[in-house]
Amino acid sequence: MLEIGLSHYLTLGAILFTLGVFGIFLNRKNVIIIMMSIELILLAVNINFVAFSAHLGDMFGQVFALFVLTVAAAEAAIGLAILVVYFRNRGSIAVEDIRIMKG
Amino acid sequence: MYVAAVFLPLIGSLIAGLIAFAAQGAVRADDKERKKRLDRASQVVTCGAMLLAALSAILVFVSVVVNGQDGTVELFTWIDVGSLEFSWALRGDTLAVLMVTMVTVVSSMIHVYSIGYMSHDNSVPRFMAYLSLFSFFMLMLVSSDNLVQLFFGWEGVGLASYLLIGFWYDRPAANAAAIKAFVVNRIGDFGFALGIFATFFLFDSVSYDTIFGLAESKSTATMEVFSGEFHALTVICLLLFFGAMGKSAQLGLHVWLPDAMEGPTPVSALIHAATMVTAGIFMVARLSPLFEYSETALIVVTLVGASTAIFAATVGCVQNDIKRVIAYSTCSQLGYMFFALGVSAYSAGMFHLITHAFFKALLFLGAGSVIHAMSDEQDMRNMGGLYKLIPATHVLMIVGSLSLAGIFPFSGFYSKDIILEAAWGAHTGIGQYAFWLGITAAFLTAFYSWRLLIMTFYGESRADETTLAHVHESPKVMILPLVVLALGAIFLGFLTVDYFIGGQSADFWKNSLFVLESHDALENAHHVPIWVKYLPLVVGVAGIALAYLMYMFAPELPGALAAGFQRTYLFLLNKWYFDELYDKIFIKPSFSLGRGFWKAGDGLLIDGVGPDGVAAAVRHLARRAGAVQSGYLYHYAFAMLLGVAALITWFLVKGGHRL
Repeated sequence: MLEIGLSHYLTLGAILFTLGVFGIFLNRKNVIIIMMSIELILLAVNINFVAFSAHLGDMFGQVFALFVLTVAAAEAAIGLAILVVYFRNRGSIAVEDIRIMKG
Repeated sequence: MYVAAVFLPLIGSLIAGLIAFAAQGAVRADDKERKKRLDRASQVVTCGAMLLAALSAILVFVSVVVNGQDGTVELFTWIDVGSLEFSWALRGDTLAVLMVTMVTVVSSMIHVYSIGYMSHDNSVPRFMAYLSLFSFFMLMLVSSDNLVQLFFGWEGVGLASYLLIGFWYDRPAANAAAIKAFVVNRIGDFGFALGIFATFFLFDSVSYDTIFGLAESKSTATMEVFSGEFHALTVICLLLFFGAMGKSAQLGLHVWLPDAMEGPTPVSALIHAATMVTAGIFMVARLSPLFEYSETALIVVTLVGASTAIFAATVGCVQNDIKRVIAYSTCSQLGYMFFALGVSAYSAGMFHLITHAFFKALLFLGAGSVIHAMSDEQDMRNMGGLYKLIPATHVLMIVGSLSLAGIFPFSGFYSKDIILEAAWGAHTGIGQYAFWLGITAAFLTAFYSWRLLIMTFYGESRADETTLAHVHESPKVMILPLVVLALGAIFLGFLTVDYFIGGQSADFWKNSLFVLESHDALENAHHVPIWVKYLPLVVGVAGIALAYLMYMFAPELPGALAAGFQRTYLFLLNKWYFDELYDKIFIKPSFSLGRGFWKAGDGLLIDGVGPDGVAAAVRHLARRAGAVQSGYLYHYAFAMLLGVAALITWFLVKGGHRL
């Protein structure tokens, strides 16, 4: 039977991270999807933390993962709040419409 | 005393200059009374300073020349760098003191004359200040003790000449003439400056005493110029002479002098007849110990002098502007002086310089008096029959012309005679060339002088009614200086001939002029055939007779001649087409060269590659860089990703071992 080892976790984390990154800049539709992608990246990091924690027998990784979850929750709350305000002001949260950040 | 003679004009000039500022205020405030008082003050200050200077100069002259004291005055050390060491000093030998006396006397007469001549002008104090400033620089020039001090005066008179030619700065012609004079003189001065450098290079000194002392030992030295070996003293003398040609308006660099007549007439008399233009003559005489050792340079001096004498005389015969005729006559007489120097008859050249200063200043001021009387009319074709209306000017002009034409016993006779005899006495081919051209020029000189007199003073008047009604004799303040100059023009030659070139000359000049034993033209001049002695006088009288014939008894003759020999006439009228030639070969090309440098060099190259080009490149790059910032969030995110990837790659490759 296949033993699930550290490398599998890391591979999963890397796949999730890559999905998250590509989700950010291939996505043309919706800012909420960007936020979901960021969430995905953070989760990928968390998997790495927890995997290494288990592998090395060090609790700090899991403690850190909890911190990351807390920060991710706060970030999601602030991000959604900004998004609501943004929608009120501009009437759209489509990524194509957000293009005034240029010199 | 010597210091007073040289520096009083400077003080007068400075005070008058300050008054000029105050007068400007008075003009602006339209305060006629105050302006008049300021004008008067400036005239009193400058004329007083000048007359005092003349008096001191005469006293110095007496003590140096008559009592035989050395009048040299050391002022202070000017430059002391390495082996280059010289002071401000006033040289006290005969040559310098003689020039100082002549300059101060003539200048003070002209200062006094200016009171009357410029009475209607708006900026009298400025004029008087410039005039005195000029006198100071001229005195600095002639009293110099080394070449650099000479150069200081040399440039100073150039500056004063520029200021005075362009005195009426609201006239475009005057400005153009001032610029022309300045630029042409710069060309000459370039040679002059190179000459000074070469002198320092050869002698390691610029002080006259050192140079003159070493001249003989260096007389065979050579100098490398453009990778060719040349006789060093010849190189130096030719370069210095080039400067003299510019200042003394010799053939080739003479073009500025006739145009300089745009200035007020007292300026023409002082600067462009009596003093500044003779600076070249003075300089060559001063440096006679150098020129004596260079046969080539002397030949060039003679050649240029004789050619100028005949050239200017021919042109003078057909000019119609009264001042231009005298200007060409000046040019021609300077030619005489130069070929006298060229045959080593320095004292004869200096003699003519002194007498010429008097009679030419007289002629110019006389012409000024005529112009003043004719309400600023200068064209002789609009004059005539003036002798009844301005009798005093008429008589004075005749005196000046007789002296210029070299008629016995006027001053000009003695000096011109000795020059021509010396040219003959040189017994060389170039001497003969100078002699025959000089004789021809003497004939033409007499001719154009009388042409001028007859066209101005005799015959039917050709002026219009209103001008004629205004014709008046000049005031006493203008006539008196003329009388003083006329006395010089009549008696100076007769009284001083013995000292300048006769038996007393060795005592008179002492050792301020230097002539090699083998250059005995002046000695031979006293033993020439009898016909050589009388020829100048004969051709002078013949010239006068021809002028009478052509302009008095057969007035239709000149017109017929001009029509018959139209090409010659036009050639002369257009001054041998010198101006046109220079325009073609120098001015037009330099304009197009300048335009080329401006458009291609400055505009395209420097601006294009420099400021403008850099700015354009930066703008272009910025626009390209700006395009990177699309504003799309995912572009920025992608850029961040690339950045992170690059950083991590670098970290893994370079810094990996630290992990």
